[in-house]
Parts: sequence; C-alpha cells; structure tokens
Amino acid sequence: MPKDDGIGASTKRREDVRFLTGNGRYTDDINLRGQSYVHFLRSDVAHGRINGIDTATAAAMPGVLKIFTAADFAAAGGIPCGWQVTDRFGKPMQEPKHPILADGKVRHVGDPIAAVVAETYEQARDAAEAIELDIEELEPVIDMVAALAPDAPKVHDDLASNLCYDWGFVEENREAVNAAFESAAHVVSLELTNNRLVANPMEPRVAVGDYDPWGDNHTLYTTSQTPHVIRLLMGAFVLNIPEHKLRVVAPDVGGGFGSKIYHYAEEAFCTYAAKVLKRPVKWTSSRSEAFISDAHGRDHKTKIELALDGDHNFLAIRTDTYANMGAYLSTFAPSIPTWLHGTLMAGNYKTPLIYVNVKAVFTNTVPVDAYRGAGRPEATFQLERLVDKAARELGVDPVELRRKNFIKADQFPYQTPVAVVYDTGNYDATLDKMLELADYANFDARVAESKARGKLRGFGIAHYIEACGIAPSNLVGQLGARAGLYESASVRVNATGSISVYTGSHSHGQGHETTFAQVVADMIGVDATSIEIHHGDTSNTPMGMGTYGSRSLAVGGSAIVKATNKIIDKAKKIAAHLLEAAPEDIELKDGKFSVAGTDKSVDWTGVTLAAYVPHNYPLEDLEPGLEETAFYDPSNFTYPSGAYGCEIELDPETGKIDILRFIAADDFGNIVNPMIVEGQVHGGLAQGIGQALMENCVYDDQGQLLSGSFMDYAMPRADDVRGFTVDHSCITPCTHNPLGVKGCGEAGAIGSPPAVVNAAIDALHRAGHSHISHIDMPLTPSRVWAAMNS
Amino acid sequence: MHNFEFVKPSTLADAVAALGDGEAQPLSGGQTLIPSMKARLNAPGLLVSLTGIAELKGVCREGDMLVIGAATTHATVAADAAADFPGLAALAGQIGDHAVRNRGTVGGSLANNNPSACYPAAALGTGATIVTNAREIAADDYFQGMFTTALEEGEIITSIRFPIPQKAAYAKFLQPAPRFALTVVVVAQYASGVRVAVTGASEGGVFRWAEAEAALSAKFDADAIAGLSHSSDGMISDLHGTPEYRAHLVRVMTQRAVRAAL
Ligand SMILES: Cc1cc2nc3c(=O)[nH]c(=O)nc-3n(C[C@H](O)[C@H](O)[C@H](O)COP(=O)(O)OP(=O)(O)OC[C@H]3O[C@@H](n4cnc5c(N)ncnc54)[C@H](O)[C@@H]3O)c2cc1C
Repeated sequence: MPKDDGIGASTKRREDVRFLTGNGRYTDDINLRGQSYVHFLRSDVAHGRINGIDTATAAAMPGVLKIFTAADFAAAGGIPCGWQVTDRFGKPMQEPKHPILADGKVRHVGDPIAAVVAETYEQARDAAEAIELDIEELEPVIDMVAALAPDAPKVHDDLASNLCYDWGFVEENREAVNAAFESAAHVVSLELTNNRLVANPMEPRVAVGDYDPWGDNHTLYTTSQTPHVIRLLMGAFVLNIPEHKLRVVAPDVGGGFGSKIYHYAEEAFCTYAAKVLKRPVKWTSSRSEAFISDAHGRDHKTKIELALDGDHNFLAIRTDTYANMGAYLSTFAPSIPTWLHGTLMAGNYKTPLIYVNVKAVFTNTVPVDAYRGAGRPEATFQLERLVDKAARELGVDPVELRRKNFIKADQFPYQTPVAVVYDTGNYDATLDKMLELADYANFDARVAESKARGKLRGFGIAHYIEACGIAPSNLVGQLGARAGLYESASVRVNATGSISVYTGSHSHGQGHETTFAQVVADMIGVDATSIEIHHGDTSNTPMGMGTYGSRSLAVGGSAIVKATNKIIDKAKKIAAHLLEAAPEDIELKDGKFSVAGTDKSVDWTGVTLAAYVPHNYPLEDLEPGLEETAFYDPSNFTYPSGAYGCEIELDPETGKIDILRFIAADDFGNIVNPMIVEGQVHGGLAQGIGQALMENCVYDDQGQLLSGSFMDYAMPRADDVRGFTVDHSCITPCTHNPLGVKGCGEAGAIGSPPAVVNAAIDALHRAGHSHISHIDMPLTPSRVWAAMNS
Repeated sequence: MHNFEFVKPSTLADAVAALGDGEAQPLSGGQTLIPSMKARLNAPGLLVSLTGIAELKGVCREGDMLVIGAATTHATVAADAAADFPGLAALAGQIGDHAVRNRGTVGGSLANNNPSACYPAAALGTGATIVTNAREIAADDYFQGMFTTALEEGEIITSIRFPIPQKAAYAKFLQPAPRFALTVVVVAQYASGVRVAVTGASEGGVFRWAEAEAALSAKFDADAIAGLSHSSDGMISDLHGTPEYRAHLVRVMTQRAVRAAL
C-alpha cells in the first residue's frame, strides 16, 4: 500500500485549499504602488494599411500618461518565433516580422495598434476611443487554400507568398508511399477539417510590468506556463535586457491549455512601458480581448488516405494538410503541424510507409499555436476517423481491424516509419479494458432500448498514441527548436529537515505542489507536509522550460528525482560520518539512516542539522549544507496510449447528440496520484467533447470573428460531459525515465474527438443513414440534421 | 463602462419623472443592460432602477388572469406562478442560469424583445396585455420585430396580464453557447382556440404560427400538425442553425410543446 502521501496515493490537492477559498494569488491580484493601466486599441479590420494615427486629442484626456505606437518600439526587436521548420526542399520557413504594436499594416482583427497608459483603466479606454485612425482597408485572406493562390493578397508584403512552409515527412518515403497506393487492394480516403478552437482558460491573460530605476531591474508578473522561456525570449530578442536584470514571475495561473506558453506582445509592452514611465503598468485582458489576442488552436484542413492489402493489413498512409498559422508566427506555431503531428501519424499501427505533407499558411486571423494536445489531436482525429471509415467500407468490425494492425505488446521498442521509437505499450490490453468497462458485449440491447424511445444509439471507438515530454534537446535542435527541452529542479533541505523544492516546470491547475511533494516524500520517507514546491519565479528557480505537452512529471519530476538522489547520496555520507560507518553501508528507509545489519541509526533531522551546524562533520571531504540542483534531459519522448469508447444517443428529430457514457482506458505508465490523473483525463475529455460537439472558432470572409464571445462560442458545461469512466490500470512503465511515468494531461483531448464522431456515424449508420461517411466537427444539431436530410 | 448617475425611486411617479431626462434609461435586472454598458455599446447618463418600486413586483391572480409586476424576477415567477400557470413558471425557471433568474425580470425581457428570449413567446402565445404607466398594449400589437416594441421613449412597463389557459406548455431548444433559445415555442389552449408563438427562429422576432393554431384548434394533438412545415423564409441563419433547420425546429418544438401540455 502506498504511504498516505507517497507515490500511488490519491492525496488531496493541497493547492485547492487556497484556490477554493479565494486565497489564490493570481497576476490580477498583484497591485503595485503607483500602478498605471494600459488599454490596447486593437484593429477592427482584418487587413489594412495604417496611413495615420492621430493621438493628439486622446493624449490630452484626463489621466493619460502616454500613448505608445509602433514608433516607440523602433529600437525593440519583434516577437520571436521559437521554432524554425525546414521545408521539403531544404529551405527554412518564411518568417515574418512580428512587431509589438502594428507597424504599417494591421493583419488581423485584434492586432494592437496603439497602447494608452493612464491612471485608471477606464481613462485609458476613454482615451483610446478618441484616437483617430486612418486605416485603408485591404482585401483580407481568410481561407487557407485561397491564400495560396498566386494572385492572393499577401498578409506580409515582404514575404514571397502566404506560404510559411511546404513540409514533407518523411520526404524520402514519398515515392515509395505513392507506389504502395498504386498497387494496393483497397484505398480509403477522407477529407476533413479540424476546427479552430479558442483555449478560453478561466483566467484571462494579465501582465504587470515593474521597473526599479535604482538597480535598473525589471520585473514582469505574467500569466505564463513558461516564465523562464518568457525571460529568455523577451530579454534577449525583444527588449535587450540581460537575464540578471529581468525577473519574470508567473504566480497562480488559472489554466493555460497551451495558450499561455507563448511570449505575447502585451508582456513586452508592460515591461518596456514601466521603464519609460517609471511606474508599474498593468494590463488585464477582457474576455472579448482574449478571443482576438490569445493564440488559437487546431485549424487544419486534411485529406488522408489509407492503402490496405487484400487481408486488410495497413500498407501506407498519405496525408495532405493545410495548417493555419494566422497572421504571425506564435512562439511554437511552426512545430505543431510538423514535428508534433507528422511524427504521430503511425498511431498505434504497424503501417510500414507514411508520408505527411503539410502546407502552413498565413491568413488574416489570430495566430494559431499549441492547444491541449497540439498536433497530436489533429493526427489522431484523422487517423482514427479513417480507420473507422475503412472498417465500414470493407465491412469489417472496427475493433478487429484495429487489433489486426496494432503494434503488438512483444514488438516494443518499435521503430515507426515517422522517426519516433515507441518504448513501451500494450494496445490490445487497453482496448480489452475499454470494451469490458463499456459493456460492449451488450451494446445491441441498448440500441434496441433507445430505438423504442425513438432515439438512435451509437458506439464509437478511438485509439490514440501520444508523445509527451518532447526531447532530447540535441535532437529537437536538429528539428529546428530554438530552445532546449530539459527540466530543472533544486532541492533545498533546511536545517531542521523540512524541504523546499524549486522546479523549473510550472503549475497552472495540474497539481504539481501535491504530486511533486509526494515523489520527494516517498524517496526520503518523510511527511509530504514537510515539503514545499516552489515554481514560477525566475529569481529563485533554476532555468526551466515550463509546463506544456504533458511533460511536467516525466521531465520535471525526473529532474526532482535526480536532485533528490544527489541529496540522498550526500545525506548518506553525513550519516556515515555520524554513525562511524562506510557510506556504502548506509540505508535510508522511512526517513531514517541506518548501518546495514546493525541497530545503529540516525534520523533525517539528525543528518540535516549536522549539515548546517557542522560541529561533528567531515569538513575536509564534504561541504556543509544540503542543497542540490539537477537538470534532466530525456533520451526520448514518452508514449502514453489508450482506448476510448463513447456511447451516444442521437435525437433524429433535432440532430442533437447526448453523450451517455465515455470510457477512457489509458496507459500512462506508473501513476503518482491517481486522483489527479483522473481529474486530468476528465478535463481533457471535456475539452475534446467540446471540440467534437460545440466549440468552433469561425471567421467570416472579411476576417470578422463570428464566434467572438460566449454568446456564440459554446463551451461544454457539466451536463454536456457526464458519464465518464476513467481507468489507468493498464500500465507499461516508461523505460527511460526514473519514475516510469508517461504524462496524462492531454490524452483526454486527443482521444475523445474521434471517439465522439465515430459514435455519431455509428448511430446514423445503424439507423440506415449509410450515405453519411463523415460530418465535420463540431457536430452541432443543425449540422447533424442537415447531414441526415441531405 | 462610461460614468453614469444612478437613482432608485420608490414610486412609479418618481421613476417616470426621472426618466423625463433624455439621457435616462430604466434599469431592471440589468442582465442585458449592464453587459451592454460594460462593452460600451450603451452609455446612458442616468440609470433609473425599477426594482425599488413595490407596485412593480409580485405575481397575483385576478380572476382568469395572472398579473405579474414588470420588475418581478424570473426566479419569483418560477416559484409563484407554479400553482396558477405551471407552463409559465416552467418557462421562467429555465431562463439562463441561477444568477440570471435571480436578477433578470419579465419587464426587462419584454422591453428588450431579444429575438431569442423566452418571455416574448409567452406573452404572444397567451395573448397577454402589456400594461405601462400610460396605457395597455395587446401583445399582438406590442412586438414589432427584433429588439423593437411599441413602447415610447420613457414609457415603463408596469405589469403583464397573462390570460390563464386551459392547457399550455413551452418547448425550448437551446443554443448551446449562452443557452438562450435557438427556438422556443409556447402553445396555449383557450376556450376560444389555440395560440402558438415562436421565438429564436425568425429574423422578425417573435411570431405566431397561424397554420398550426388552426390545426391545433381543430384537434389539440401533436399529430394534428405532423404534416405541417413552416417556411424557412426569413428564418435566422447563423453559426448555430440554418434557416431550414430553424423552420424544421418550429414544427418539432410545437409538437413537443403540445405533448407536454397534454
Ligand atoms: C447568460 C444569460 C442567459 C440568458 N438566457 C436567457 C434565456 O434563456 N431566455 C431568456 O428569455 N432570456 C435570457 N437571458 C436574458 C435575461 O432574461 C434578461 O434578464 C432579460 O432579457 C432582461 O431583463 P432585465 O430585467 O435584466 O433587464 P435590464 O437588463 O435591466 O434591461 C433591459 C432593457 O429593458 C429596459 N427595461 C427594463 N425594464 C423595463 C421596464 N419595466 N419598462 C421599460 N423598459 C424596461 C432597459 O432600459 C433595457 O433597455 C439571459 C441573460 C444572460 C446574461
């Protein structure tokens, strides 16, 4: 049995006490003496030339401190992109400039044009209304395919076209894949859209810039998943502030889902303006602003094809995808449709040949970047929809077609044709588990029961493979990453035995303060309550890469294990001295050091006190103190996988789909806190079901956002996402990290959309609507009804 | 939000007087007006709160009428109309969420006449009378297209008189984002015949479906309208539904309302 608060225990989340009692300290809770407020005047047209900005009247309005435009940032760099993709022909992607404030042109609705800093927020807004803009509207490009037409208007005049890159993967396989299609017994194809989404974390973005003129020190408080990355990008590339003069703090953050990874213009603005004005400058995004300034997610248009032999073995997969970049390149945007998408296209199957083509396109829309799952949901959706379609076209059971083509448990490590090597997995096991929990054997009876009530019932299956903890750094560097992908930890043991852990990863809802403490508590054998986890402040945590891509436990947790092992090694040497024994003979168990085979022992606090009050201490051989730092750079990704089953009921009169049950059988490797893992899966499922059934970010052909508020952008609510059964008892531990963990944050959002859509198609086919082979997400009642009546 | 003045009179006369100021606007539950002010789409110089006026509040039966004060919240209607007019109580009980129901009012809803709101269907579907500080307006004359009503500048709705039907029910199909109505149908049966009113569907706002009224007056049964279909001309087209879909929902929701009423 696990210790109450050790590895494997469902310890309650300690951070929830402050969150649920209103005592969290979010960025907007930070108010500094002399603070001023900025309001950004944003473009209300998608594409236009700025012929003039007259700020004279506005500048004279009450409370206005200064109005900034692009001219104030002539010396600053642009917002940098953190990943350079190389195209099929060996050329680097086209990389446009991304100014802090629009310079010459506005390129999407929401592009900031001017920034008004005033004594109060309302004064700043009042003044912004008095700024006179002379903007000549230009024809926008919204549709990705139209954007690539030779005569299409250009989003960036200084680029050759709207094509960011044309990427082929694996380019060397292109001809072989085409040949496999020529000779295949069956070819199944599907065209689909992966709908654009808005992340909508509960807390909108906030930035507070502060400047200390006496020490020339800058501080930025920001709603970020990656404070060190922001310090590096903003300091080195945008504002030219060295790290030792720049502190970035991301305190409690109310959800991110990817949208808070990136370095945003508003952060650089507040940091810079605080120095110019010698006053703190605060920006709090409104929800409406978030819709037009937070990076969006997904937005792919894909054609995917599968070639099969006469026995239904998968021979080859070929895809053609258009991926929307929006108007500028957000920090990791180019990597999402490429290295986080193409490398996942093997899924759980032993398809020998795969070729993925991706054309990334600039349009006059908000930039698109990673959103929960990032590339992997896009890969999984097309593959799992296609496998289902193939089963239907070939007249075989979708379960059996999957099983037949699964990589089998004894085939790991498995080299896929898309570069990555899966270390472990057991796909049949999770599929068996899911079908058992779903009571799939009795599904037909439930179909009949629904039918008696005039409803259509359907069951959809999806399998997924995920790649978490993207690494190692030297490999991702070759792939174009402009950052390392390690994680760091410092473990500081205090004199009386309590432990302060400083992690480079960041918690914005994931429960690190609880989980990471469980790991250290388990390793040393002390109470978790004596351990505190610190994160989010570059002034006290070692350089870390932050939290995204389900990397925190697999990479950040491993760094903590490494640092804790160093602590234990040193503590054993101190104990050996105190017990007059050899370090090799010292055993640590339940917080007590003893000499093997004897009853001589010293407890944890005896050793920690000796480390800091070194009266009886081997000072010649060992430094005093007990504090260690470790950096962990993984040798491979981790590969969680799972089988998802979705049971729906469809109302044929209205087209409305109700989720009756959703079963997730995941293999996350070892589990530290099952309750937190379950919560992560629930959240992911809610977002995936939201994408499948209701969330949709839509622009009209003039680039106006039609779903620009919660009046039109539908978020799932509790009663939309019920009936979850979550299981993670199928465990194949990761082979290359010390905890054997894989990551669980995104799985739900990756595996659920195809399961939902497959369930809807299943229900429709069972009811005789066999002409419907696909419906694009979201499957709104209106769309489903239209498909049924087409 | 722009700056504004605020008064909370306790009599109707004081409210009417305060509204004489051209910049003034009545404030009831604020569930529509306050968000529009926060978005700077609306900037009245003076808000005249109606919620401190006792005579504008409460649910009261007068013979075969249910009279509801304009400043009565949806939550109060849901509770206090349940015995006399359960169909209306059910409609009020499913507006928005708890916060909206505890503040939003029937008068605010009718004054606003949002094409996706529920109360306009209830008023038109029952042939209610909209009583103002100046006159009485029949529902059939009151609604004049989306967000447009017969109210004059400065005129205040004081109460609504709903004739209590023999049988009535409403059926709401949700627009999933705000959970306003994608289409709502109110069906009410009286000795004089059946009325059917629809919101959410038409660009013209709430309307009566005459064909269904005739068919249901002849036979109050869902099957009586199974063969009817509403035209999609003039129906709203947006992210949530095509005109054809909304026209289809009009029939489906009417049938469901009839089934619920029986
Ligand atoms: C999240 C959300 C969900 C909602 N869902 C629904 C729904 O499902 N169905 C539905 O029907 N509604 C819904 N609503 C709207 C809600 O019912 C509002 O309460 C209602 O539309 C307005 O009423 P109010 O009392 O808040 O009016 P206010 O916002 O105070 O006023 C609205 C307008 O009416 C005027 N006004 C107010 N009272 C009077 C009066 N007595 N005489 C003359 N003019 C007056 C005001 O000047 C203003 O122009 C929803 C609102 C929200 C925020």
